[in-house]
Amino acid sequence: MKIAVCVKQVPDSWAEKKMVNGSLDRAGVDAVLNDLDEYAVEEALKIIEAHSPTGEAGEGSGHSITLITMGPDRASEALRKGLSMGADSAIHISDSALAGADSLLTSHVLAEAIKSGNFDLVLCGTESTDARMSVVPAMIAERLGWAQLTFAGSVVVDPAATKVEISRVTEIGAEKMQAQFPAVISVVEKINEPRYPSFKGIMAAKKKSIEVKALADLGLSATPAWSNVKDATPRPARAAGLKVEDSGNGGSDLVNYLAEKRVI
Amino acid sequence: MSSVAILIETIDGVVPKSAGELATFAKRMGEVTAVMVGGDCSSQLTNYSIDSLVQVDGVDVSKFGVPAYVDAIAAVIAAKNCDVLLVTSGARGKEIAGRVAVRTNSGVITDAIDIDSEKIATQSIFGGSTTVHSQVTTPLAIFTMRSNSVEIVEGACATSVEKLSATPSTATLKAEVLALEPLVKGGRPELTEAAIVVSGGRGTNGDFSAVEAFADSLGAAVGASRAATDAGWYPHSHQVGQTGKTVSPSLYVACGISGAIQHRAGMQTSKMIVAINKDPEAPIFELADYGVVGDLFAVLPSATAAISARK
Repeated sequence: MKIAVCVKQVPDSWAEKKMVNGSLDRAGVDAVLNDLDEYAVEEALKIIEAHSPTGEAGEGSGHSITLITMGPDRASEALRKGLSMGADSAIHISDSALAGADSLLTSHVLAEAIKSGNFDLVLCGTESTDARMSVVPAMIAERLGWAQLTFAGSVVVDPAATKVEISRVTEIGAEKMQAQFPAVISVVEKINEPRYPSFKGIMAAKKKSIEVKALADLGLSATPAWSNVKDATPRPARAAGLKVEDSGNGGSDLVNYLAEKRVI
Repeated sequence: MSSVAILIETIDGVVPKSAGELATFAKRMGEVTAVMVGGDCSSQLTNYSIDSLVQVDGVDVSKFGVPAYVDAIAAVIAAKNCDVLLVTSGARGKEIAGRVAVRTNSGVITDAIDIDSEKIATQSIFGGSTTVHSQVTTPLAIFTMRSNSVEIVEGACATSVEKLSATPSTATLKAEVLALEPLVKGGRPELTEAAIVVSGGRGTNGDFSAVEAFADSLGAAVGASRAATDAGWYPHSHQVGQTGKTVSPSLYVACGISGAIQHRAGMQTSKMIVAINKDPEAPIFELADYGVVGDLFAVLPSATAAISARK
């Protein structure tokens, strides 16, 4: 099996985020591998380990995991993290024309990179913690014309039958879904417990290859945006209101306050 | 004047109130076409401003899910010459909107909390810390609207239902739903749709009974912080915060929740915030309109009793 995992470097959740010229200011903040993508890397490793003669991912497994990211030069740090967890190689699409790319362009670029790799499965996290749209995996499936198996709470792969089954977990319930390869899968948080890179993994990752590609290498050129930001204003911070110490009637005082403000 | 398609999604045959919110937003922009896929649920839409009702057959959304909805919507947009599509922001709704955007090469804006007659959308991003106005520049503009963002304005609904047949695309048939296990409804409102949300965190120590009792006295939904769901005290589907649900109720009550930035990201656009916490220094108090420094196991039962006494 050849598995691709799409990952993204995002500002650290704790960092203060600001808009500059209609898009997120990424330069001035600490950046990390998107939390939710770690679950996708882990799930890819688990799929390979379950079907590897050695029980391990990597060269002896007969399978491979390729990370794919789109982002500025420093996004390679996020790739190193995934490689140190155990992925085999990485593709980094880096092009100044992609700065501020939206979900349509991102999905287009990722789909083109996937097309050139002859993959059986593509794994993604459900969303990035910066943009939080959670549309890119579905958009990639639409662009490739592949089966869409998103919001998976569990994934079972049968490589011999080239079949994959997931449990799709959304607000409507849990749907058992099935498809033949190739398929685009997104995994929800808590599907697994992402491993910490081992010292051996970190050392090995330094030797793994990251293939850097520009837009032109994928046969693409920059496209005009489909939407634009008119203005972005920081919301005034919420001011702290009343704070009272409970001395026995904190509960009834609270209810009186809510009734006074007509929220109940 | 725009021609606006709104997608009516049903859960177990029931139309959620977010359909009325979509109709309210859509009416500001022009003629409203409600798209029903599968069954005819028009009897549940009678109070909403809808100019035409279209029921699409030929695609099986219960078997093929998101891409089948996309096939249906694409057919309606082509037949009705729509220039706006509104869908409710949910896991499924956002995927549908995203795929329609790809298929029609149109711009899409997700999680809007408002939209005006000029099709300018308002979003509240970075966990509610920044307000953004944006617009789509393609002939078809697609928006997903967050539930609970507008007061429904009732109006007259069309009475006749137009039928339209769509053809599933090849890719649609590639992934199949074998079985659906609906969410077990505890009789409480859905978290993202509820007018009041009562959430518990680390301070509950795993005992959500006081949180649930207070929520039930108010007809509220129950939420949980990541600390509580990570500890296995409450189902992950109830997590409020950056990696969970974003809620924007008229009242949010945080019980035993310190107020880490990840949690704030999921609730700070609530209209009123109440915090109950033993620690007077808890950061949640910085954004609470009303804070009670005290033990939630003492405060909540007395608040629950006070609510019952008012009924």
